[in-house]
Amino acid sequence: MKVCRSTVIDAPVDAVWDVLRDFNGHYRWHPAVARSDLEDGRRTDQVGAVRDFRLAGGERVRERLLSLSDRERHLRYAIVSSDVPLENYVAEVRLKPVTDGNRTFWSWSSRFDTPPGRERELAGLVAEGVYEAGFDAVRARVGRARGLAMPRPPRRTAAVAGSIDGTAISIDRYGSADELHPVSVSAPPPGPGQVRIAQRAIGVNFIDVYCRSGYFRLLEPPGVPGMEAAGEAIDAGEGVRHLRAGQRVAYACPPVGAYTTVRTMDAALVVPLPDSIDDVTAAGGLLKGMAAEFLLHTVHPVRRGDIVLVFAPAGGVGRLLCQWANHLGATVIGATSSEEKARAARAAGAHHVVVPGPASLEEQVMEITRGHGADVIYDAVGRDSFDHSVAALAVRGHLVSYGQASGDIGAREIGPLAERSATISRPNYGHYTGTPEQVAAITRRLFDAIERRILTIEVNHRFALSDAAAAHRALEERRTTGSIVLVPD
Amino acid sequence: MPDVYTSSIIDAPADEVWRVVRDFNALPAWHPLIAESRIEGGAPSDQVGCVRAFRLKDGGFIRERLLALSDFDYCCTYSILESPMGVSDYVATLRFTPITDGNRTFAEWSAQFECPPDRSAELVEQIGRGVFQGGFDALKRRFGG
Repeated sequence: MKVCRSTVIDAPVDAVWDVLRDFNGHYRWHPAVARSDLEDGRRTDQVGAVRDFRLAGGERVRERLLSLSDRERHLRYAIVSSDVPLENYVAEVRLKPVTDGNRTFWSWSSRFDTPPGRERELAGLVAEGVYEAGFDAVRARVGRARGLAMPRPPRRTAAVAGSIDGTAISIDRYGSADELHPVSVSAPPPGPGQVRIAQRAIGVNFIDVYCRSGYFRLLEPPGVPGMEAAGEAIDAGEGVRHLRAGQRVAYACPPVGAYTTVRTMDAALVVPLPDSIDDVTAAGGLLKGMAAEFLLHTVHPVRRGDIVLVFAPAGGVGRLLCQWANHLGATVIGATSSEEKARAARAAGAHHVVVPGPASLEEQVMEITRGHGADVIYDAVGRDSFDHSVAALAVRGHLVSYGQASGDIGAREIGPLAERSATISRPNYGHYTGTPEQVAAITRRLFDAIERRILTIEVNHRFALSDAAAAHRALEERRTTGSIVLVPD
Repeated sequence: MPDVYTSSIIDAPADEVWRVVRDFNALPAWHPLIAESRIEGGAPSDQVGCVRAFRLKDGGFIRERLLALSDFDYCCTYSILESPMGVSDYVATLRFTPITDGNRTFAEWSAQFECPPDRSAELVEQIGRGVFQGGFDALKRRFGG
């Protein structure tokens, strides 16, 4: 059956389109929608994105964006799965300018099938409960008669005596970088085992994007993302012996919440910073550097003469792995995708670089190593590289799979590993950096390596904390090299 | 290629508005600029391909061919064969869409054409405001809106 509803909104067409084109923003105005999340970290204007609605009545409806045209001010979407029995449901929203009066014509229509006997009920639900209710809500939001929509009020945590006010960057729900917005926060005095930090620089990592999009459930919205920062300890709670007020400190650890000007947190995994390492370097290098440290010293202790294959050798952790493995006396091979990145890999200490060509990765590695293969492979690419990595291993080689930039690796046969007596590790950052002793040992070696210029932390992008959304966009669009740091405004 | 788009709201059901304007020979009955009209060769006015020859109240003579007519979409498309306006490749579409909220009509009239660049702004204004909005204003007076 077909349902079509249309109306006129007394607002310019661009103002109405701004509201409607935000495929994941309908919960903000539509009374029937309680919550909306975009799946798979897609953006709100990304065709193919699936929004996961929770309706006010508790039902779940998932809808896919089929087309979006800013030129025609037209979008179409289809139900992917629904607790409401609407089948083969395809809907379209179209706006047109009413030049006579600078108003907007809005049509909202759909075709769908229903279970027998429920046609009228469900058509009424769609026409009135969804479309007409939506017209009224948007009219109230942008229509001239009712004035402008109210800005979002800042959220405040309950103020405790002695709290210090600050600003954090928060998300109210999973979604695109657009979800990052400033909120007022209040950092209470540190309790036992806690420290309160005035933050001077905050690191931005790809894990923050996963956290924001919901790919990793590191926070339940509303919440503040961010895993690492550096600044000054304002005060420390009872029982904290390794930190004192006024000391420069840094951390790279869960829980998330680093995108803030001031923070009270567990002190156990916060470390003092040496004078030789400035705040920006610490915020830009601690997480990646700590990962490189335990990958090369604990997950697989690299020795002189080892052949080490590093994927993404121009990337954040990859670059540090190359520098450090080279210093340790290994023969370093970088596996990358372009000649530009190959140059960066060589500059970071890769002795050889393999790029895609007529010969496979494993053939190239075997040729370079005269048939020996790689003693250890650091692979954060995941799905696309896994089989090649296994094939490029030396006998009794070790594949360290520490990331999945190309997607989940999925289920694999372990039988073929016997061909090389191969070992595979799937290290988790928290399991190597989860105690004060581990963090102290790792950061001691890391800070030493930075001071001795074995490692260089390149912070090539600085953004104001309030501009965290721009930092995320730059990172997601692969427009960055080296580290990104947010600096409180 | 200049583009003209004019739209309005007419306070009457779309089928009522359409009954008046679907007649390709009926311009003098509803458009204030048109003095008289006839269909060439005695063809029916809803025969796609027919040509209307009409005279403006200011004396101008225009011939237009009906390219498409849809009673399903309340929509017609036509081209100019001959006119004093100095345009070429002129194709226009007139469309009426029901507005369910209030049982009104969303009216759209658009055109694309070629002309000397220095006359583009003047022609867009003349066609968009004079011809199209002038026609809609007449329909609004007739039906309300």
